[in-house]
Parts: sequence; structure tokens; C-alpha cells
Amino acid sequence: MNGGQIVELVVFVVLFAFVTVLGFVAARWKSASLDHIDEWGLGGRRFGAWISWFLLGGDLYTAYTFVAVPALIFGSGALGMYALPYTIIAYPIVLLPALRLWSVSRAKGYVTPADFVRGRFNSPTLALLIAITGIVATMPYIALQLAGLEAVLRTMGINASGLLGHLPLLIAFVILALYTYQSGLRAPALIAVVKDALIYIVIIVAVIYLPIKFGGFGHIFDISQQKLSEISPKTGKPKGSILLTGNNQLQYATLAFGSALALFLYPHSVTGVLASKGRRVIKRNMVALPAYSFVLGLLCLLGFIALAAGTSPITNNATGEPDTNTVVPNLFGTQFPSWFAGIAYAAIGIGALVPAAVMSIGAANMWTRNIYKSYLRRNATPAQEAKQAKLASLIVKFGAVAFVVFIDPQFSIDLQLIGGVLILQTLPAVAIALFTRWLHKAGLIAGWIVGMGWGIIMLYGIPRANGTGHFGGSALPLGHLSIFGWHPFEGSQVQIYVGFVALIANLVVAVLVTLIARAFGAKDSGDETTADDYHVDEDTPLPEKASSTNPA
Amino acid sequence: MSSEPRRRGHSGLRLSWWNLVLLVPLIVLFTPMYNADRPRLFGMPYFYWHQFLFVFIGVISVAIVYLATRDKKPKKQDTQENSGEDGK
Repeated sequence: MNGGQIVELVVFVVLFAFVTVLGFVAARWKSASLDHIDEWGLGGRRFGAWISWFLLGGDLYTAYTFVAVPALIFGSGALGMYALPYTIIAYPIVLLPALRLWSVSRAKGYVTPADFVRGRFNSPTLALLIAITGIVATMPYIALQLAGLEAVLRTMGINASGLLGHLPLLIAFVILALYTYQSGLRAPALIAVVKDALIYIVIIVAVIYLPIKFGGFGHIFDISQQKLSEISPKTGKPKGSILLTGNNQLQYATLAFGSALALFLYPHSVTGVLASKGRRVIKRNMVALPAYSFVLGLLCLLGFIALAAGTSPITNNATGEPDTNTVVPNLFGTQFPSWFAGIAYAAIGIGALVPAAVMSIGAANMWTRNIYKSYLRRNATPAQEAKQAKLASLIVKFGAVAFVVFIDPQFSIDLQLIGGVLILQTLPAVAIALFTRWLHKAGLIAGWIVGMGWGIIMLYGIPRANGTGHFGGSALPLGHLSIFGWHPFEGSQVQIYVGFVALIANLVVAVLVTLIARAFGAKDSGDETTADDYHVDEDTPLPEKASSTNPA
Repeated sequence: MSSEPRRRGHSGLRLSWWNLVLLVPLIVLFTPMYNADRPRLFGMPYFYWHQFLFVFIGVISVAIVYLATRDKKPKKQDTQENSGEDGK
């Protein structure tokens, strides 16, 4: 560790300590008894427009996004930009379903998307499938936040191998776990304000200062194109391009579309939405959240700036491989004074804590409401629920730490990739069911099984960049698409997003099985929601404080 | 135990033509429209600045729907009223 790195570390630790204090103080903010799951897990459903904006922004635009998306652009060019259209279309798509979900959850006391599914279909089984999908998809997502945090620590010179190398990460996570346990959703909501302020400052300075330093964007893109068109020794093809090619345009569009559909199916996004005070807060946020998309777009450009600046990734001493996630941190470390780099690292590091906290709360809520209360302890009181959720949040977080410490980080990346495909398969039961009860429970379950199964099989069959192995990405060449051995697009090299293909299969099966079930006169499972529930607003009194989701 | 007759698929949809404006930002998914280097803006290829432009188109579209479908009569609990917040 050199002198500059010590300055960086001091700035990092000071800012980190500040948000830690904030995390513990949060318990007293808008105080209420945190012994109720609505209070601990949803902040009492009381967040106004501003705090929701910071919370959702901090929650959706994660530290991993901040390091991995520019790293993807650094490695392959234009394809990494998919993050921008993805977050542009997410809000117009999500506006109407989010409002309906908020209202029905308020009317019926739902805490998780699986709660809604259970009420809508009177089916704890379907809710269980949704809850398991949510938890499984969230775990590796939390692990990736740690990978983002570690990339920053590594750049600051904390790059030992073995358990010692993971010690700072462990300390950071113990602190995070403690204040999340104590303060619930209020902690990340407050910390998000600091995180976002830091991120905005850092990015704005970077995208003004760095292009001037490297001769303007025109020059940066020209050099990037030159470097990306070099032939990669691993694949024998160019690394990428600053434009899309004929073969990856469909992948770009379907990946952006699929990711946008998946975004608000994740438990942590739903947690952020349900914590809002009313419908107006959600609407205003859907207008204002793209401010983060703009920043994310600017961040993407940092990938090209890193190419032009000749930044190289730092080698991870634990694995001996270069860690591409260190590209952006290293760009800051080499181009800025140490104190500013320290602020940038703190922004990314704190940026890891906010989503990790909300994700663990979202997963804990699902465990508590849809597994513990539905199957293990049906008559749990709200206080018992809150206690269970707090414990579950600890387990989820340390599970994620174990992922990173004991298993190859590549495994988390693979799992996160799979997680995106999996969570998308809950779309028919959650998002479509918000608008219509036409689909039958049996159809939804069958569609889920097919979407899940086929999605995983397709991901398994995609080789890595060097041509061997499995889970090498989410881009499936259409020529490899096989429906029971039938190849409808034989020989085509055009790529498509696996999650999108699996979702279409899921929907087709759901519709077919619904038609068959109806034809055979299968009984409908019932619905505890009413038409008016989907329009309830903040002025409508809550039904009763206790939950009303027990199956009738 | 609702007061109104319960029927399957009853979801209380309130339709409004304004909601169609939400489809406008999806145009950004049509990549052949902007997958080009030139014209450049501030040195940035068309592919990039065009997508930045769509951030604003997205914001404007959602804002239009928000403003156009606000409840005009507050606190009215009438299902028939076409407040248009939810469509298909």
C-alpha cells in the first residue's frame, strides 16, 4: 500500500463510519415500534416522494451496476450500453402495475409480491414458488454487491489472498447486518441520501474533467474503436465495437426489454415501491427516477474513457486472474488525486450497502410471510413476524458473504445471470395477475416450471468466451434454439436474450394449460381481492393493522 | 365478503387513452434506427447521444400520463369514474 492509497483509505473509512452512525440513528427516525413487520420491513409505508426517490435510486442502481456495466463496455463496447435503454423503458412499463400493486397491498396488508399472489389465487403453493424464486434470485445479487465492494477495496491495496483478504469485507458486512437488524428499511433509506449525493458529485466531475484530459469524446471513441477491434487471442474475433453488429442487435433489445420487465419483480424493488406513502409518490418517482438512468449512461462512458486512458484491471491475488470490475475504480485511482479517488471509492462502497440492505430485507420479508407464516407457524403475530424477518435478514447476508468468501466470484456472476432469467418467470403470476385473473393457477404453475426449466437448460448450454464450459452469458444464437430437437432458425448467428425466450414459452404454456383446465371444468381457486382494492390510496384507512392474508 | 357481486377476472380496470403514451419510449428498442456512428454530437457517436435523448423522451412520456390522468375530483370512491390511472 502506498501513500496515495492510505489517503484514499482514510477518506473511505471516514465516510463509511459516518453512514454507519446514520444507519443506527435511523431507528429513531419517524419512530414507531419496530416490532411490526410493516414498520421494520416497509418503513411503516410512510416514505414521501424525496426519500422514496433516494431509496429506489439507491436500491435499483447498485454498486455492482456501477462497476460491472462500465467493465462490460471496457471489454466489449456498445453491447454494455443496454443498461441505458433498459432503465429508460423500465419506468413507463412499470408505472401502471406498480400503482395497482401498491394499492392492493395497502388494502390487504400485503408485504411481498408473493403475498399478493397468494391472495389473488388463494394459493399458498403458487405463492411459495414465487417466494422461492425471489429469494434464490436475490441471494447472488447481494453477493455481487460484495464483489463490487471488494473491487474497490482491492484497488486501495487491500488485495491479500485467503481469508485475510476478505476480512475488511466481513467487517463492513457485520456493521451493515447490525444496523439493518436494528433499524430495518429506515437505515438504507437514510444512507441512500448520502450515497446518491456522493455518486452524483463523483460522476459529474469525472465526465467533465476526464474527456477534457483525453482530448474530447470524439478522440476517446476513436481510440476505443481501434482498441476494441483488436483480435482477442482467446476467441480469435475482435473484442467488440463501439456500434452493435448485425448479430447482437436482437440480443441488445431483448436483454434491455427482459431486464426492464424483471426489474420490478425482484423483491427488493417491490419493497421500495410498497414503502411509498401513496400513489402520487410512486407516480412522481417514475417521472424522476430516470435522473439516475442519465447518470448510469454517463457511467457507461467511463468504460470508453478507461479504454482511451489505457487503464488496466488489477489482478486479484486470491485467484491470480485480472478482476475486470476494478477498471473503473482503477481509472479513478490513476487519474484523480487520492482524496477524490477516496470519495469515489466510498460512493461505490456505500452504494453496495444500500441495495444489499434492501435486498436482504426483501428476501427476509418473503421468507417470513410466505414460508414461515404460511407453512411453519400459521398463527405468528406481527411481532413474531418482525423478529423472524430480522433474523432472516442476518442469515441472508451472511449467506451472501459465504458465497463470495468460499466460492469463486465467477459463480455469483453466473448465478446472478440465472437469477435474472428466473425472476422473469414470475411475471405472469405477479404482473399479469395485477390486471387480469383470467390465467388459471394450474396454468401459472405449469408455465413457471417450463420457463424455469428451459431457461436454465439454455443458459447451461452457452459456452464461455474460450469456447468451453457452461453459463457463458445470456446471449443465445437463434441457430441453437431447439424446441424438442426442432431448430426453427437453423444456422442463424443472430443472438437473443435467453430470459425472453423462456418467458414466451412460460406464457404460451400458461395460456394453453388455462384453456385446457377451463375446458375440463377445473374449479377456480378464488380471489380475495376486489376491484376497488386496486385503486385504494393513502386517504383510505388501512383494514386492520394485522395482516389479512390468511387463506379463507 | 365484498359488497359487490364477486366474479372471476374482475380487476376494476380503468382505461384511458393517455396510457398509450407510455408506449412511446419503447421505440428505443428498435436499434437499427440509431445504430450508426454519424452524425456525432460533442464527439459522441449517434448510437450514444440518441439513447441519452430517449432518457428525456421517457421522462416526458411518463410525466404526460401522470399529469393527464390525475384524479380531478379528489376523494371520490366511484368505480365508474374514468380516472384512467390504470389501463391495459
